[in-house]
Amino acid sequence: MHGTRILEEADRLMTVCNSCRYCEGLCAVFPAMEMRRSFSDGDLNYLANLCHSCGACYTDCQFAPPHEFNVNVPKTLALARADSYAAYAWPRAFAGAFARNGLVISLIAAFSVAAFIFGFAAWHDPQVLFGVHIGPGAFYRLMPHNAMVVLFGAAFLYAIVALVMGVRAFWRDIGEPAGIKTGVAELFQAIRDAGTLRYLDGGGDGCFNEDDRPTDRRRLYHHLTFYGFALCFASTSVATMYHYLLARQAPYPWWDLPVVLGTLGGIGLLIGPAGLLAERWQRDPELTDGARRGMDVAFIVMLFFTSLTGMALLLWRETAAMGPLLALHLGVVFALFVTMPYGKFVHGIYRFAALVRYAMERKALAQGAAE
Amino acid sequence: MVDLSQKFDVLVIGGGNAALCAAISARRAGASVLVLEGAPKFYRGGNTRHTRNMRCAHDAATDILTGPYTEEEFWDDLLRLTGGQTDEELAKFMIAESKDILNWIVEQGVRWQPSLGGTLSLGRTNSFFLGGGRAMLNALYRTAEKLGVVIVYDAEVADLQIERGVFLSASLGQPVDGVTEVRASTLVAAAGGFEANIEWLKQYWGEAADNFLIRGTPYNRGSILKLLLDKGVQEVGDPTQCHAVAIDARAPKFDGGIITRHDSVVFGIVVNKHAQRFHDEGEDIWPKRYAIWGRLVAAQPDQIAYIIFDASVRNSFMPTLFPPIEGASIAELAGKLGLEPAALEKTVTDFNAAVRPGTFDHTILDDCRTEGVTPPKTHWARRIEAPPYLAYPVRPGITFTYLGTRVNRQARLVMKDGTPAANMFAAGEIMAGNVLGKGYAAGIGMTIGSVFGRVAGREAAKNARN
Repeated sequence: MHGTRILEEADRLMTVCNSCRYCEGLCAVFPAMEMRRSFSDGDLNYLANLCHSCGACYTDCQFAPPHEFNVNVPKTLALARADSYAAYAWPRAFAGAFARNGLVISLIAAFSVAAFIFGFAAWHDPQVLFGVHIGPGAFYRLMPHNAMVVLFGAAFLYAIVALVMGVRAFWRDIGEPAGIKTGVAELFQAIRDAGTLRYLDGGGDGCFNEDDRPTDRRRLYHHLTFYGFALCFASTSVATMYHYLLARQAPYPWWDLPVVLGTLGGIGLLIGPAGLLAERWQRDPELTDGARRGMDVAFIVMLFFTSLTGMALLLWRETAAMGPLLALHLGVVFALFVTMPYGKFVHGIYRFAALVRYAMERKALAQGAAE
Repeated sequence: MVDLSQKFDVLVIGGGNAALCAAISARRAGASVLVLEGAPKFYRGGNTRHTRNMRCAHDAATDILTGPYTEEEFWDDLLRLTGGQTDEELAKFMIAESKDILNWIVEQGVRWQPSLGGTLSLGRTNSFFLGGGRAMLNALYRTAEKLGVVIVYDAEVADLQIERGVFLSASLGQPVDGVTEVRASTLVAAAGGFEANIEWLKQYWGEAADNFLIRGTPYNRGSILKLLLDKGVQEVGDPTQCHAVAIDARAPKFDGGIITRHDSVVFGIVVNKHAQRFHDEGEDIWPKRYAIWGRLVAAQPDQIAYIIFDASVRNSFMPTLFPPIEGASIAELAGKLGLEPAALEKTVTDFNAAVRPGTFDHTILDDCRTEGVTPPKTHWARRIEAPPYLAYPVRPGITFTYLGTRVNRQARLVMKDGTPAANMFAAGEIMAGNVLGKGYAAGIGMTIGSVFGRVAGREAAKNARN
């Protein structure tokens, strides 16, 4: 009936859960489930991406393993979620990147870093590469600004196109609720829910990770990671505006906005991913999708290295190490960009889309009840 | 590692809501507390695992309760549903105490939520546990552990040393850390009823009990109840009675919980293995109808029955765990159910012919009824005529038993001669019969457990100090 064995299992579980409903107060997944009596592949992929993997429903479930009903919603939805990333990948030919994601991301990252180092070395004689460059435009003596813009702009644009195509396929598959258009209110609701990680709180007590005692650590680390990433992105945007609007060239002094934003974000992107990785390692194996850990680890490590190399570049930008560090940092960032549509990064995009869908369904339900 | 050879102030036997409330309340009163739970950790808590709400009196609406439920109304409900088989003093005491339980239980880490989708009319009277009964239990266990209550799982108590109404020690079936005899100043018995003890059920139900399905864990064997009654504690409640509902015959023998229930009787007819109807399917309104069908099916041959309905009502009730069995015709459906096709066709034809016109409304006792068929269907009667035809096979699902131990307002056990026990208390299902002689209303078992658990723990701690 369903496309995969995992979706078959997800369907079985949603049928069990729909006849119980004890968990409906924990998160968005169960109320969304209750709006349905049967589940298409799209429905299940929607529920899978709505799940934040807080683990509360597993800990609370009287039918969790070792019970013979074997109800493990977080694990099953994690597997279905990972499958859905591949199912909606654009172009289709690259869906295989999700199969051995850790390896693929590692290879691309290694290749990208090597290409930048090799490129720098081939382009410049050693005095330039290992020279000390200071003052405005220092970075651009190693790589012209326009070359950076073209290369990174193209990579970023590609990532955006691929992500948009993926989320479009997802949105079509999960089906727009009849008669409801996405309104500003639903978008804001979804932004609030995503921005606060509302559904990672296990219904209020925190999420379950290594045992049956709830904590809020994963949410904290995720916030550090996400807002760290956002600050770094803001830093780059401000720097771009400086460059084009104010004709001020990087590097900027430590007190200037791009550096302050980048430093704060960088610190978040060091602590956050390190914490998430530690939590990932301690996580109860019953709650994880096992073999697919590579995808999570690859993305977390990529973010960590992005920050680590960026911070190193900031610290040693006025020394002879600047050239190699710049190559390293640009290599990592380039790899991050091009692998965005083919790694764990997409979880944020699909989950946000699912939250928008959920906000719309709630509205439709409220309207239906009011009539 | 905890030293079980020490003498504890309070020994709690059991691991559900009542046991944990007793343990927490005793510990908060300063006692050293040991909890012996006979089940493994995953199955801890007996029937509490499968509960979802508690019925507490309250004078005003709260953020999760839609309106007031006064002590008087609670008492009226209890009086009606037990047909007067209740100890008025104890019941009124429990109802008064239940008000404070709404807050006290939250202080022990339990979280409330508004009534669940599909739970009909309980939003005003019943407070629901966020995440259900197991979430509630987990919270109580976390609190108990944090307070320093010692908890041992797989610790089945095989015997109790009781002399002249004085508890001395409990003997473990299997040694724990080399200890087989556990000593304590006081005992709180909170180990539930005997619904999972098929041999015991057979004493009253005969071989039919072999076909009963047990809704809770296999660990509710009533061994502590039996020991107490054998050792001179006064009994209360009808030993032959149990709460039974119709559950899917495909459910596991034990621990299918709430999700195997069927409440689709009103949408069709119910036949036995001879394809004959045997009771008015339109007799009563939820939740009473929900509670009578277990007993009715238990009285049928082989303790099996089939709810027969058609495609027109397929989505009229909550989705079920097991899908209905389908047939394009009544004869085909009969074949799949192992019933005589001609007999089922005749039953359905006769029923359809007897249906009078009316306006269907399953939320009230409507005017859709039959005429000229025995037994009649007095409400919600509509013809079964839209294929595919559908059926759920059902068996009696036993929830709990009524036999218990007599207690007083201190939750103190009362001996056969009417004297209060020196140092023994009881809480939960093991003494529910004091308040609930028969019948049931949603959430009342949890009220009994929390109120008397809290009282028993407090009194036991006080007793241990003296």
